[in-house]
Amino acid sequence: MYAQMIKSEGGKSREEMSPEEAAFQDRIDAGETIEPQDWMPEGYRKTLIRQIGQHAHSEIVGQLPEGNWVTRAPTLERKAILLAKVQDEAGHGLYLYCAAETLGISRDDMTEQLLSGRMKYSSIFNYPTLSWADIGAVGWLVDGAAIMNQVPLQRTSYGPYSRAMIRICKEESFHQRQGFDIMMKMAKGTEAQRRMAQDALDRFWYPSLMMFGPSDAESVHSAQNMAWRIKINGNDELRQKFVDQTVPQAEFLGLKVPDEHLKWNEEKGGYDFSEPDWEEFFAVLKGAGPESAERMKARRDAWDDGQWVRDAMTAHAEKKSARREAAE
Amino acid sequence: MSREWPLWEVFIRGSHGMSHRHVGSLHAADAEHALLSARDVYTRRNEGVSIWVVPSVQITASNPDDKGPFYEPSQSKVYRHPSFFDIPDDVGAM
Repeated sequence: MYAQMIKSEGGKSREEMSPEEAAFQDRIDAGETIEPQDWMPEGYRKTLIRQIGQHAHSEIVGQLPEGNWVTRAPTLERKAILLAKVQDEAGHGLYLYCAAETLGISRDDMTEQLLSGRMKYSSIFNYPTLSWADIGAVGWLVDGAAIMNQVPLQRTSYGPYSRAMIRICKEESFHQRQGFDIMMKMAKGTEAQRRMAQDALDRFWYPSLMMFGPSDAESVHSAQNMAWRIKINGNDELRQKFVDQTVPQAEFLGLKVPDEHLKWNEEKGGYDFSEPDWEEFFAVLKGAGPESAERMKARRDAWDDGQWVRDAMTAHAEKKSARREAAE
Repeated sequence: MSREWPLWEVFIRGSHGMSHRHVGSLHAADAEHALLSARDVYTRRNEGVSIWVVPSVQITASNPDDKGPFYEPSQSKVYRHPSFFDIPDDVGAM
């Protein structure tokens, strides 16, 4: 997902909890919302910073593979739509950074941790967008997978995170639909366009399945994060839901999902499908993805090249404020 | 690394005559910059016709730990609610 493999800082049983921790867990179990000024266990705070921070970084880095096609969109309308979408991703990143900041980490701290590699972003954005059809596939599959996770997260226990998710979900379905719209055009277009659409699906299918993270049946982190209601569904459960929703859409497009083991399973009421290559996933998460170095370089350059702008705006604001005070 | 821009809270009034409502926060160098950023970050889909930005440090908030005693005066006065009074049905709408 946009937040993958979030290591939890908790993991205490009822008996091990202090009275404060037990009361906190009771509030969450009762469906209450935790607000920034409320008492919270240190582990909850740290884990949430990690999760929301990773989610925010994913939104920001996620602009890069799409920004790649802004200047090469096939029509002016497609270009305007793509620009609006990329602008939304910046907005989503900002909503999430603000939510994380309410937990006591500064924006610059988070940026610094992304640039130094201590904080991660989703594995999916380390894959290249080679053709215009990839922009369709990203909207359809990547945003589609993100929605699967983000819709339940609207009910997460942390108020600022939940409110950010509500705003994001309102805007996200535009993203998926514009992607599917591109895929429809390509899939029903010339033979060359159809082949580009199939190629995009071939390359983005497994990386999209990886977005949900490895099976978490055994993970203690997942169990704690679910108890805290900062993770709502299991990874396998969401992946299954995504496959069940997406396969008929691929059929509608006349495209073939690149999985020879894909088969409807009447008994479970869902598709059987092949797992993605988890070794590849771990390697990409560690920074060995095809575009990892490029993405980090782009973020570092943006930060360094923007330094003088940030400084100039601060200097200008201070000068204006000093003048105003002198005039009073 | 230079200092961060200060944090601002953003309030927006929609077009339907409701009060300004808190929608989130952002960093900006000054008030003018905060307004422009608030427009870009929080009104991309006609969410508002009026924006307020307030430096976050200027907001004084009530303490959540005082939740009980702080609001006690309103909890003990049930007669402030219309449902406290039993008006016979024959009286009609009131």
